[in-house]
Amino acid sequence: MKAAGVILAVALALASQTTLGRFLTRGPAAVDLVLVAVVYVALSSGPVTGLFAGTFAGLVQDALTTGIIGIGGLAKTIVGFLAGIIGTQFIVTQPIPRFVVFFAASVLHAVIFMGLYALLDLRHFGTPYAAVAGQGLANAVVGVLVFQLVELLPGAVDRRSGAGSRFRR
Amino acid sequence: MALVDIRQRSGYLFVGVILAHILLISAQVSSRSGVPVLEAVTFGIFSEVQRGLSSAVHGVTSVWSGYVGLRHVKTENDTLKKQLADAQVALQEQRALADRAQSLEKLLELRDRVNLQTTAAQIIGAAATPDFRTVTIDKGTRDGLRPDMAIISPAGVVGRIVVPSARSAKVQLLIDRNAAAGALIERSRAQGVAVGGGEDRLRLEFVSEAADIVVGDVVVTSGIDGIYPKGFVIGRVEVVDKSGLTYKRISVKPAVDFSSLEEVLVVTTPTPGRDAAGEGVSE
Repeated sequence: MKAAGVILAVALALASQTTLGRFLTRGPAAVDLVLVAVVYVALSSGPVTGLFAGTFAGLVQDALTTGIIGIGGLAKTIVGFLAGIIGTQFIVTQPIPRFVVFFAASVLHAVIFMGLYALLDLRHFGTPYAAVAGQGLANAVVGVLVFQLVELLPGAVDRRSGAGSRFRR
Repeated sequence: MALVDIRQRSGYLFVGVILAHILLISAQVSSRSGVPVLEAVTFGIFSEVQRGLSSAVHGVTSVWSGYVGLRHVKTENDTLKKQLADAQVALQEQRALADRAQSLEKLLELRDRVNLQTTAAQIIGAAATPDFRTVTIDKGTRDGLRPDMAIISPAGVVGRIVVPSARSAKVQLLIDRNAAAGALIERSRAQGVAVGGGEDRLRLEFVSEAADIVVGDVVVTSGIDGIYPKGFVIGRVEVVDKSGLTYKRISVKPAVDFSSLEEVLVVTTPTPGRDAAGEGVSE
């Protein structure tokens, strides 16, 4: 049931990204909705679910692009796992801590993704500081908004705390 | 219960998944020699053993053959000197012929512009990740599309087809980090290469120091890449950063607004470069 929820969340994010992607890219601020979904799942459900969500989302995303299959998967796996650990070890229930986690996750993802491509001499990103910072900010804003919106749904907090006590470590 | 068990081993699971990713990446990535990294690493390890054995054997044989071979060095040296002199003369002749051919090519350049056949296509999707600047169009190999066909719009050059499927095709936009097109300054005819940067601007690279480029110049395709037809608008020079004689940075604003593209034209007229590359492609 939970796996179905993760797959649905990633599929929704992918569909939104491929539909709205052209309009979400404005200069350096390019939102990666799939990464937002992975970090959201990881913070909500813990490191193992975050790891699997990252692997699944990253590999599907890689398969849909012209890049190497596995690089995005690796980056999102690491990000999903670490975000899950942060979600279980620290209290990340307020907008500001969530913003920081989303921003840090985006920067880490960019470092791994671009670093691997540069290391393998496949793509050169020049000096992408503005792009990385822009994407981090955009992802963080969207991520915090998604959390706030989901929590506005009736009974969402009760469901989450119930699910958390059963599954999270 | 099983789920809890897996979670207790999350660290091992993490390492396992990471290793699986590394193996997956290694299997696809080619090393500098063109061989997959995994194969290159495996081969590299075993080749070191072979190298050790070979150098031991070579050490013994080279002592003997080097000593005996010295007797023939003088004769061989004289022969090689004569061959070098002959080759230098031949090189001069070839260079003269090449210069002449280049002049003739310039005369024929005017013939390049031909009527283009195009197919209209609609954009049905964007890239799955913002790190790649691609779009998906609703035409594919069934409509006669092939890799490296140029995509244009009324405003200018859009990109090229990278992955065609039966009913759709992936288009690499000119602003993608891996995209490039042969470019020409319309006013001064200075040549360069328009390179994508992953953002909304292009860079003009490989421009001669003597080239005359100013802000506002129109940049068009030169056609030398064999993909984009000659004379189509790429964009307009926005920034020229020149230090002394050298151009440090030339930024080009694309003529096409990639965020609002809805319909494009696929150039189906064959080009020499594309035909050579696409000979092995089956539809």
